[in-house]
Amino acid sequence: MKIETLFFGITTDLVNTSSMVVEVDRILNIAEFKIFLKDKFPQLENINSYAVAVNEAYATDDVVLKENDTVAIIPPVSGG
Amino acid sequence: MKRTSIKITSEKLNLQECYSFVEDEACGGISAFIGTVRNDTQGKEVTQLDFSTYKPMAIKEMQKIADLALEKFEIKKIAIHHAEGMLQIRDIPVIIVASAKHRKAAFLACEFAIDTLKETVPIWKKEHFSDGEVWVNAHP
Repeated sequence: MKIETLFFGITTDLVNTSSMVVEVDRILNIAEFKIFLKDKFPQLENINSYAVAVNEAYATDDVVLKENDTVAIIPPVSGG
Repeated sequence: MKRTSIKITSEKLNLQECYSFVEDEACGGISAFIGTVRNDTQGKEVTQLDFSTYKPMAIKEMQKIADLALEKFEIKKIAIHHAEGMLQIRDIPVIIVASAKHRKAAFLACEFAIDTLKETVPIWKKEHFSDGEVWVNAHP
């Protein structure tokens, strides 16, 4: 299953890209996807927390990902 | 009648545009919050701020805030405009303007909107110093 993944703020610097398509071999919810990402990018450990958005809306850990979803990694925001 | 104006732009924000949008014959007051780029953070001199956004989602989240403000407070209209890109000291990253029949609602709506924006809208600022740069809030 292909998941487009977008990185913002400090996470762009940590993973050295702002977007990539990742391939996962089974259906994952957000909590599992976060573990998958941490394995793939251990450097994400360097930030305390981040939120996740699916298709441009904040998603909780129990949301299940579907083929071609766009996931965004949202580190602590600092607008205004 | 459109009651909300939401915008993210790399151009200079325009207070008059926000004012003209919310101005209304039924309103007795207009309140504005203007965010400005300050020259220091925790005693360290800031040279400029770089704002990046997840624009489509940021627009949606700003729209939610505006809709919620209309629901929660007796306001007539609200404009929330945010800048993106590199800003210099004294530049304006955000303008929020609300109009209401009575002033209290307009004050409250502006405070609610900027407080919520700072918590939920996917916008990030990187502070630039003479000797480096840092993402704000990244390491709470």
